[in-house]
Amino acid sequence: MLTSDLSIGQVTALLAEGRLALRTGPFLFRIRSSIPAISRGLTRLYARHTVEVDPPFSDFHVSLERSGGVRYLFRPQVRFLLDEWTPFKPLPLTQAFAMLEWGMNWCIANHAHHYLVLHAALVAKGDRALLLPGAPGSGKSTLCAALVQRGWRLFSDELALFDPATAEVVAVPRAVGLKNRSIEVIRHFAPAARIGPVARDTAKGSVAHMAVPEGQEEGGAPARVRWIVFPAFTEGAEEQIEPVTPARTMLELIEHAFNYSVLGERGFNLLGRVVQEAEGFRCTYGELEQVVERMEALAAK
Amino acid sequence: MNADLSLLVGALREPSTMSDLGLPAWDRLIPLARRANLLARLAWLVGHHRLQVPREVEPHLRSARYLAERQQRVILWEVEQIARALAPLECPVVLLKGAAYVMAGLEVAGGRLFGDVDILLPRERLDEAERLLRYEGWFSQHHDDYDQRYYRRWMHELPPLRHLRRGTVLDVHHNILPLTSPLCPDIGPLVDDSRPLPAAPGEVRVPSPVDMVIHSATHLFQEGEFDNAFRDLVDLHLLLEEFGADPGFHAALLERTERFGLWRPLYYALRYVHRMLETPIPDTVLEVLYREGRPRGRVAMMDALFGRALLPLYRVIDTPLSGVSRKLLYVRAHRLRMPWHLLIPHLARKAMRGREDAV
Repeated sequence: MLTSDLSIGQVTALLAEGRLALRTGPFLFRIRSSIPAISRGLTRLYARHTVEVDPPFSDFHVSLERSGGVRYLFRPQVRFLLDEWTPFKPLPLTQAFAMLEWGMNWCIANHAHHYLVLHAALVAKGDRALLLPGAPGSGKSTLCAALVQRGWRLFSDELALFDPATAEVVAVPRAVGLKNRSIEVIRHFAPAARIGPVARDTAKGSVAHMAVPEGQEEGGAPARVRWIVFPAFTEGAEEQIEPVTPARTMLELIEHAFNYSVLGERGFNLLGRVVQEAEGFRCTYGELEQVVERMEALAAK
Repeated sequence: MNADLSLLVGALREPSTMSDLGLPAWDRLIPLARRANLLARLAWLVGHHRLQVPREVEPHLRSARYLAERQQRVILWEVEQIARALAPLECPVVLLKGAAYVMAGLEVAGGRLFGDVDILLPRERLDEAERLLRYEGWFSQHHDDYDQRYYRRWMHELPPLRHLRRGTVLDVHHNILPLTSPLCPDIGPLVDDSRPLPAAPGEVRVPSPVDMVIHSATHLFQEGEFDNAFRDLVDLHLLLEEFGADPGFHAALLERTERFGLWRPLYYALRYVHRMLETPIPDTVLEVLYREGRPRGRVAMMDALFGRALLPLYRVIDTPLSGVSRKLLYVRAHRLRMPWHLLIPHLARKAMRGREDAV
């Protein structure tokens, strides 16, 4: 069943009773919340995602609750819970949907050690994937959103999941987080992109989410990473791309991994295999259009 | 007992029952076990007994198993680093709790997760030890003068040390109870009877079996923190099960308890582990503990408090009374730590600071 098979009233009621679960790639998230922004966000940004009602098993049981106390009246807040435990501090209620997105990422990064989880955007052409690891501000999410709008398959804008057994990457199709100016940049780059409401004044500035392009909600088959590009957005810079050695690439990937040390030797062997199979580049750019063309050229080679 | 809790207790006590669990049961068991820091233990049991679990469940157990394996690698490494740093002291370094269980290769170490490393040193060597540890990158986390004084004058441990680069936390103890506690024992026998380890570096030792149980019991029933209480209770259960196989163990435990004068915490520990996890303990032992250690006139009340506070902090199990129980036991623990004339100013200070933090 898809979210859009349910009316917003049904979604709201099922969420309030904690009976609805959202499928994203290999994970099923059972979500409980009575906050209207959550049902609105799900029906809008996850309309074509698979949902299940009362599934026998879910990977993560999460909830979003309004915080109690006097604050409830004059400064409403929202808490995220996994297994009835709050891993982080509450946020203003207006950021409830963004908190669900961050919370789901947190669950995967902290509890899915059966994958090597890298902080990176990941897109693919067929079964050949392009990995975009980058610190916040490097422009990886914007670039990811742009590539997806040009027909690349969306794997994730935040979390690259490697299966240690096969060294393949697995898609976790989720709405793409856009921050501050990126929101306008993508609206301009792809007027057809479906972008949700903007949450202002979050810890990351203004945040909005772009829906997964239609037809990609299931994630599709795994892929192998063929290109590893470290993006570096610099205002007004000329587009420039240079190769990075496998050893250097591996060191940088380790820095971007959430759970490299948890996997120990398995993680080392896995990343060693990944950098051997892929080409590494560093790409400085100031224009989205130019870098998108460059990535297309890489894939066409 | 609550249905979810029975699932968890059943899985811990009789691992083979896990192969009969269907998906809906796992759907309730995994969140509770993860919340109680016991999912890695279940994963270890499933691996150890080669049990079949549903396809959907397996990745979660594998994930938890990797995490526990990693933490145990870290512990081995940290113990080596600590041993090297403290080698110039030329005195025994006794590992406590989790680190001791792992280094001694005990059953309880299987799938156990860790917060920090605990060691015990002679009190008169603490200044020197702290200096040596600082050279290796271990620094005190509490910068507040009051905290520093509080720990150093009254507690049984230094303020926690954190490694600058690795971020691991080390608790350096010189006793198992605060100096201000009327139960604070002469810790000499624990050090004298500690055991060397064939595989351990330097002067690293672990407490004897009876002392491991006594420390685990005092820690759980004298301190007021219940975040990990259920896991700690499971530790006690596993220690008692493993050591209890030795015919001389229970007599030695009672003798040691008398020597340290720790009847009360031992009474609680064995009573609740027996009641809640059905740990096999001879009736004669429970009778002696009841005679010597029960809080006269308050048995029913303490049963009500601990019976709630020791359970995992999980809503289907937690009732409004659980929170009250934990708060009352927190106050009790502080009362056990120090006399009123020290306690009242201390709690007042904490309350004031709590308010500042909130602002």
